Amino acid sequence: MRIKILIRLKSQILEPQGKVIEQSLNNLGFNEFNNIRQGKLIELDLPDNLSKEEKDQKIDSACKKLLVNDIIEEYEVLG
Amino acid sequence: MSFKSAVITFPGSNCDRDALCYLQDLTKGVVYNIWHEEASLPQVDLVILPGGFSFGDYLRSGAMASKSKIINDVIKHANDDRYLLGICNGFQILTEIGLLGGALIQNKNLKFLGKNCFIKKKFKNNFNSSIKEDQVLQIPVAHNEGNFYCDNETLKSLKNNEQIAFEYCKGEFSNSEENINGSIEAIAGITNKKKNILGMMPHPERAYSDFHPSQDGKLIIESLIT
Repeated sequence: MRIKILIRLKSQILEPQGKVIEQSLNNLGFNEFNNIRQGKLIELDLPDNLSKEEKDQKIDSACKKLLVNDIIEEYEVLG
Repeated sequence: MSFKSAVITFPGSNCDRDALCYLQDLTKGVVYNIWHEEASLPQVDLVILPGGFSFGDYLRSGAMASKSKIINDVIKHANDDRYLLGICNGFQILTEIGLLGGALIQNKNLKFLGKNCFIKKKFKNNFNSSIKEDQVLQIPVAHNEGNFYCDNETLKSLKNNEQIAFEYCKGEFSNSEENINGSIEAIAGITNKKKNILGMMPHPERAYSDFHPSQDGKLIIESLIT
């Protein structure tokens, strides 16, 4: 199964790239685009025969050990 | 007894040679260069995690290096109350390991900063004991993710335990800034509670030789040796 993990900086942390993207979009006339924040998406394959619990446990463990720094980031498993 | 030290090299480290020369010239003792895949460290007084872009800064600066094979022994070394210094990428690695609190995020102005900057000591520890109160040091920085962040609780504990070693300040250049990268409270370097581990963004190993514009970086090694 294909897994997608969305990682973003916590809302209280300044995300300067999003600010610059927002400025550029505004300059292009997209004035209604506000509060842009850029994150990252990690996609990976896990075997189909894993139970939901096993899958959740493996993803959580990988996020805590390497993929996410919980001081500054939070994550969400999509779909 | 002579002072022994070691520098760890990761793929993508680029200040390891500077750090080796810095230690060789200033400690006059044995200096080992250790590849990150080694399983053990020799018994030394000081280990430096050098600057650079370990593992290409993939995922987050220092994230991959913090899981390297040698890190178990680096943690043991620190737990034995021996000195551990992380410079720039080395500081990022120390926060990723969890040996130091907080994290280093992208500079506030989105620019890679490669220039001289000015720092002064905040609280006294063994890494800065040869530096006078209010003495302004000129030491270069070279980083994109040097903006120190931590939550309020961590900041309170860093202050209460006097773990802030260095802060950015204005210096003799008219364009020098109070806080070059947006760090909380202009923090340039912190220690652990026991104060045997220091992480700092400025590069003292680029400020010690006669051919460097400043020799203020010497003071850190002098503090440790004397």
